[in-house]
Amino acid sequence: MQKLSLRDRIKEARVTAGDSFRGGKLMSSIFRPGSPFRKGYVDSPRNRSYVVMNNVLYHLHPVKVKRHGVRLSYTLCLGGLSFFLFIVLTITGIWLMFYFRPTELAYVDIQALQTDIAFGSLVRNMHRWGAHLMVLVVFLHMSRVFYHGAYKAPREFNWVIGVILLLLTLLLSFTGYLLPWDQLAIWAVTVGGNMAGYTPVIGAQAKFGLFAGLEATTATLLRFYVLHVLFLPFIIVIFMAVHFWRVRKDGGISGPL
Amino acid sequence: MVDIPEHLLQRSAEARAKALGISIEQALAEMKGESDPTVVSKEPEVKIIEETPAPAAETPAPAAETPAPAPAAEVTPVKEEHAAETTEKVAEVAIEKKPAAKAPAPKADTPDEVDFAPEVKVTQRLLTVVKAKPIQKAASEPVDKVNTWPHLMLPEFVSLMAMTAFLILLSAILQAPLLEEANPNVTPNPAKAPWYFLGLQELLSYWDPQIAGVMIPLVLGIAVWMAFPYIDRNPETHPSKRKFAIMFYTFFLAGAGVLTIIGVLFRGPGWNWTYPWIDGIWFDDLLDWIHFE
Repeated sequence: MQKLSLRDRIKEARVTAGDSFRGGKLMSSIFRPGSPFRKGYVDSPRNRSYVVMNNVLYHLHPVKVKRHGVRLSYTLCLGGLSFFLFIVLTITGIWLMFYFRPTELAYVDIQALQTDIAFGSLVRNMHRWGAHLMVLVVFLHMSRVFYHGAYKAPREFNWVIGVILLLLTLLLSFTGYLLPWDQLAIWAVTVGGNMAGYTPVIGAQAKFGLFAGLEATTATLLRFYVLHVLFLPFIIVIFMAVHFWRVRKDGGISGPL
Repeated sequence: MVDIPEHLLQRSAEARAKALGISIEQALAEMKGESDPTVVSKEPEVKIIEETPAPAAETPAPAAETPAPAPAAEVTPVKEEHAAETTEKVAEVAIEKKPAAKAPAPKADTPDEVDFAPEVKVTQRLLTVVKAKPIQKAASEPVDKVNTWPHLMLPEFVSLMAMTAFLILLSAILQAPLLEEANPNVTPNPAKAPWYFLGLQELLSYWDPQIAGVMIPLVLGIAVWMAFPYIDRNPETHPSKRKFAIMFYTFFLAGAGVLTIIGVLFRGPGWNWTYPWIDGIWFDDLLDWIHFE
């Protein structure tokens, strides 16, 4: 028998250890059968189905999808990216909440965030640009759906939910706009709120409800904060759940054209 | 016997004619009993039948009926013609097999002079005719599908990673704006809404909004927009067959785009028209980008 060099023996030990760990009880308890992270995963049609079926993503994806639907040029991944941006915004948003008080101190907190806190500036930038990007991506997603005629039967109602989701996205972005409490924030929101005041019949009430008064004050700030971090995300998640569920129930991706 | 409807009889006759290689009129006549039945079997089968002992020849009916063609035809999705054919075959087989099984043993004892006429009586009866239809109805056409893993999830993952990389890069390069602290007493000129409302703000600057010449159409617009699938009843999805809808949306998109760009780039102090390359840009969202160094 050939004597192995030290380096080879170390390599062998490492491989064996890795295998026994991957095949061990701990990993088997974490990953369900068919997971590619389990030992002995081989690429087979059966395992390809298992990857989805034994995964939490089964709530989102079916085992099989129409062939034309996976072409990048068909959806441009816009719906998925909208959802992903929402997740990114949730994560960065929760992080920002640790350093923010929706009072007169809001502006100071943002200044401190940008100067004193590690990665504060980066995370704030990600949250802000990500929000702009999400408005854009959701809008593009809607345009894609329209041009494909994907709102037609049986998907009519999902279009309605989609429009509600876009309006909620705009509201989320708009309420977040005020939170830095700088000149840009307060005057943009004042202009936006005044536009809401032009709504026929209920204009004055809408404006008063939005501002928690006649103009943008710290009371408005608190109101927008609660709407932004709790109320609107709560509502939008419910609509998103219905939206995704309906996509599958209405027969998956639309088309082909 | 129950009267069989003419069209069913016709179909049955067709099947029989096809199976036996005779004309349809002939088969029809046979089935109605107006003509003698055709001898089905070929030579060897006839021979066997000739040698067959009495029981087999005299009771052809049970032999033909035992395969129970009727219930079988009722539950199986086989077409009526096929059912008839099958019955025919089964009957043939029954005739073929039964003697074959029994023949060898009694063959020795059976006297040769016992002459059974080679007349093969009707080996089948039409008990019932089941209209051709499948048990299960196919819900939909089969679609060309691929596995979600890896064909969808992998590209999805890559695009998420690309988006993350893009966002981090963007955030590292572009600083989000932070002006002086909010001061309700100092109004900036111009005061602009967030960019996605700038098209609306631009539109509102054309008409007095209080006249409700804009807001009512806008509110109605959102309602129409939501109800669009219920208004557009054209079931076609191909762009060439829904030119009006495509035109409508493109017009809306172009209008919103132009108004937003005007609002973002071409409006300065007092909401007056400015050229961004001459007078500069009044858009604080991209403050850091505008003064990029």
